[in-house]
Amino acid sequence: MNNEAQAPRVSVATAWLDGCSGCHMSLLDIDQRLVELAQKVDIVYSPLVDAKTLPARVDVGILEGSVSTDDDLHKARLFRERCTILVSLGDCAVNGNVPAMRNLFKLTDVMDRAYRENVNIHPVVPVVGVPALLPTVRPVHACVPVDVFVPGCPPSADAIWYVLCELIAGRTPQPGTLTRFGA
Amino acid sequence: MALPTTPPGARVVTLEIDGRDLSARDNESIIEVCRENGIAIPSLCYLDGLSVWGACRLCMVEINGQERLYSACSTRVAEGMKVSTGNERLARYRRTIVELLLAERNHVCSVCVSNGHCELQTLAQRCGVDHVRVPYRQARYAVDSSHPSFRLDHNRCVLCSRCVRVCDEIEGAHTWDVMGRGADCLVISDLNRPWGESETCTGCGKCVQVCPTGALVKQGTSVGEMVKDRHFLPILARRRDAR
Repeated sequence: MNNEAQAPRVSVATAWLDGCSGCHMSLLDIDQRLVELAQKVDIVYSPLVDAKTLPARVDVGILEGSVSTDDDLHKARLFRERCTILVSLGDCAVNGNVPAMRNLFKLTDVMDRAYRENVNIHPVVPVVGVPALLPTVRPVHACVPVDVFVPGCPPSADAIWYVLCELIAGRTPQPGTLTRFGA
Repeated sequence: MALPTTPPGARVVTLEIDGRDLSARDNESIIEVCRENGIAIPSLCYLDGLSVWGACRLCMVEINGQERLYSACSTRVAEGMKVSTGNERLARYRRTIVELLLAERNHVCSVCVSNGHCELQTLAQRCGVDHVRVPYRQARYAVDSSHPSFRLDHNRCVLCSRCVRVCDEIEGAHTWDVMGRGADCLVISDLNRPWGESETCTGCGKCVQVCPTGALVKQGTSVGEMVKDRHFLPILARRRDAR
């Protein structure tokens, strides 16, 4: 057994708040490097794995999406509480991006538009089994402190790979040259 | 703001920029000398070929022995001047300026027609703006699509006034002006009439070409406008069959 295999594995949790999942897709786009990643990290909670609860302590937490609902806010706070390093992944998490464009309208108008005006059978605003929308969509760092920002819509697989490698190596990534808003 | 004119036959001065000894004509601005010598200074309102405006404050530099900062676009070089174009303090100011611009109006790069061709987007990356620390204003501005060829989206405007200057100084039409103060400040065509009704606009599109962001764009460049027109097909096919 080599030293690398004996090195403690980094625990990683990811969550998908108000986003399109494109950032998670971009993570999967690291292709064959996923094998290398799987040898270095334990993904303990994520839409990509089965685990249903966030462990009490996690090394790296990665949030995709903006904070748009009470459930998003709860998840963001829980991640901040339990993760040593919190990463804002992608433009929605970093600046609100497309989800935040509803901020230009009143929430009631948005709901009416989606569930009443464009519906011709049983127009009703869903309240059961879905989280309540917050009046204003905010980036993650407007709700809880964030350690690493990775802008991009989505950030490229190479940018995400670089960020993960730096975090695994115990360094603070500076992905500024690899990604940008909208990239 | 035009720099005071100097008599022909400018003198040559020597100065130091970022520790490099350089020579320049004494009628040149600091930013001109920097660009000639490959020294990068960020700017938005400055554009070679237009008069100097000095509004964006991104090109602020330090001059040795002076307490306050100077805008490199509107400050002439002088003999013995020692200029610093980049340090921690300047980087902090520039980053803050770009963050305030991003927070002021709607700059959602991912859905902008200028994504990948925007100077504000590039500046944000260059200045290390990986997030905006101030709250977004979430203000809604108008979009003027009345012109047959071009569109003005105030949401993307950074008020650099390049459009105003190119229209006045190069095209000679002076269709554009600036109206209002603070957050209400807008570029306007004629006396705040819809662009499509402008009697002075020549439709040359110079304003669109100098705009650093997606505020002034050609019509037909947004995703929703990419509509195919296949009316010709049944008409031509029928005529061919009839022959």
